[in-house]
Amino acid sequence: MGLSLSESAAKHVAKYIAKRGRGVGVRLAVRTSGCSGMAYKLEFVDEAAAEDLAFESFGVKIFTDAKSLPYIDGTELDFVKEGLNEGFKFNNPNVKDECGCGESFNT
Amino acid sequence: MALFQIAEPGQAAEPHQHRLAVGIDLGTTNSLVATVRSGSATVLADETGATLLPSVVHYAADGQTTVGYAAQLRQSEDPRNTIVSVKRFMGRGVKDLPDSAATPYRFVDAPGMLKIKTVAGDKSPVEVSADVLRHLKQRAEDSLGGELLGAVITVPAYFDDAQRQATKDAATLAGLNVLRLLNEPTAAAVAYGLDNAAEGIYIVYDLGGGTFDVSILKLTRGVFEVLSTSGDSALGGDDFDQRIYCWVVENAGLSLLGDHDTRLLLTHAREAKEALTDHAETRITAKLADGEVVDLALSAEVFQQITAPLVQKTISPVRKALRDAKLDMSEIKGVVMVGGATRMPHVRRAVADFFGREPLTNLDPDKVVALGAAMQANALAGNKGDDEWLLLDVIPLSLGLETMGGLTEKVIPRNSTIPTARAQDFTTYKDGQTAMAIHVVQGERELVADCRSLARFELRGIPPMVAGAARIRVTFQVDADGLLAVSAREQSTGVEASIAVKPSYGLADDEIARMLQDSMQHASEDMLARTLAEARVEAESLIAATRAALASDGQLLDAEERAEVEAALARLQAASAGDAATEIRAQTDALNQATSEFAARRMDAAVKRGLAGQKLSELG
Repeated sequence: MGLSLSESAAKHVAKYIAKRGRGVGVRLAVRTSGCSGMAYKLEFVDEAAAEDLAFESFGVKIFTDAKSLPYIDGTELDFVKEGLNEGFKFNNPNVKDECGCGESFNT
Repeated sequence: MALFQIAEPGQAAEPHQHRLAVGIDLGTTNSLVATVRSGSATVLADETGATLLPSVVHYAADGQTTVGYAAQLRQSEDPRNTIVSVKRFMGRGVKDLPDSAATPYRFVDAPGMLKIKTVAGDKSPVEVSADVLRHLKQRAEDSLGGELLGAVITVPAYFDDAQRQATKDAATLAGLNVLRLLNEPTAAAVAYGLDNAAEGIYIVYDLGGGTFDVSILKLTRGVFEVLSTSGDSALGGDDFDQRIYCWVVENAGLSLLGDHDTRLLLTHAREAKEALTDHAETRITAKLADGEVVDLALSAEVFQQITAPLVQKTISPVRKALRDAKLDMSEIKGVVMVGGATRMPHVRRAVADFFGREPLTNLDPDKVVALGAAMQANALAGNKGDDEWLLLDVIPLSLGLETMGGLTEKVIPRNSTIPTARAQDFTTYKDGQTAMAIHVVQGERELVADCRSLARFELRGIPPMVAGAARIRVTFQVDADGLLAVSAREQSTGVEASIAVKPSYGLADDEIARMLQDSMQHASEDMLARTLAEARVEAESLIAATRAALASDGQLLDAEERAEVEAALARLQAASAGDAATEIRAQTDALNQATSEFAARRMDAAVKRGLAGQKLSELG
């Protein structure tokens, strides 16, 4: 299992890191909050922590922590356009139920 | 379904707490909206992929309002109800318009700001701008998938308070929360990363569609100070189109053209101008209303030749700005190019030649202002890490207090960045003085009477001491919102008094500008007044001290000596009542001279008095 990026997501992450001028990859994690219990975190990583778990897709590194992984194991991060809006989307097989906007979920 | 953007490490927002912020370049000809997505600034496009929104609003009789390209299409058939370049009217009254005959509009004079008559009613420039802003806000919310926390809107550096306030009002009317108004040249500098890269002086050369602005910015530790601005409000890319149009009319042997043909040829002229940025030659082909076909080849060389005077025309405002800022070319660290017209190779070359260096051109000159505004908005919305700082504001006028003789002592000089705190020590003026009145003033002039009074308070409970012995520390503190707090503390006893004042309250930017101008015009006059006031203060304090000494130790002088001192005292008093600073100084020196022996005897007497009754061992 683990975490992965779609080709489009990997391309965009790589582009954003290049524009930003620094960063070793992207962090996918969860925290407890939001209307359905859990919420996603998506951040740049400047320096991986020793206890981080790392994955790689299309040459882009994905980091997470051991606590988050059970909730997002198997997730593929995709990059999508919806009308004028564009951004990343978590395709998480563990989700049973999510709030209307998809920002928080429970498993 | 919300889409995610990548946040800075540790900055991921709580669900439903996205701090969406945009930067808006509200231009005379075109407007843009930009945001920072996953760490990079991007201009937001509409459904067709267009990023520029023409700053044009059309009002129809049925109350329908159209904005942008759709409104632009109505311009020729319905010019009176199609408002273009409304930015020129922001914060302006009818009497401020240089030439209202040059526009098709019917103006209505309203208190404060003019209005434009349309079929949908009288529209103020604020309402028209609000319609443009509303359109951009909608585009931003559609693109970002949520409600905006706020926007940074750019304004020309020379915009006065009325124009800035009008811009802010337009944003409020459009339902936008203004995080900050940012000067356009500053935004351009931010987009080029100059805010965290460098210190020094930068020129922003902004040649837009219809206006030319040049600004000189000084950057010190993240603070942008506008040193000077200059420009030409009737010079821009459109004039280059006009020259091509004239060249076509001349070379194709055309006579009087109708509106339709004129517009057609102007459009072709603009296309030709744009083509010549990347090509050595272009063709202008058009079929006129009467069936006549125009077909001409225009080379880049000819184009540059016929427009050379226009390019040259931009140089003299640059010179003026340099002169106003009292700067030499060698002090310029970089030149930033803004505005679509700076794409023309010969414009770039002229600027490079003038400054002897290549200007910064790697960002799209149409977008650079919006991008910088977006970066600033992102920082203000709190989406950046702690190591990133914001641009700082400066106080527009010096803050200080009144000292004896009605003089201003500046505690915080103008252009200091806020937040800031400065302290200065003052002392008592009279023997046994137990209270001190503190008068807080704002302005650049030397005399309190010419500055603006902000607040007064008193420090009481100073222990009685001889004049000049008490040490009173006055601290001025200005917080990030420009709020001033002044406190005074007597150092030996710790007695304290303080007051909070709001320095900018009620002081409009044009008032600030007037006060600054006054201070420069009156600089020499002020210096004279200051010298006189200082001489008087010194004289008065010497008179008071001499009188006190005569009263307490008069017996140390014989009658003749006493008469001499009193004569000198009277002469100084007479001089002090006059307006000649040199005479006051001369008489002050004379009295000092006349009392020097007296002072020495008093000192001896005091030492003797002090020693009386003390054992030698105690003096050790």
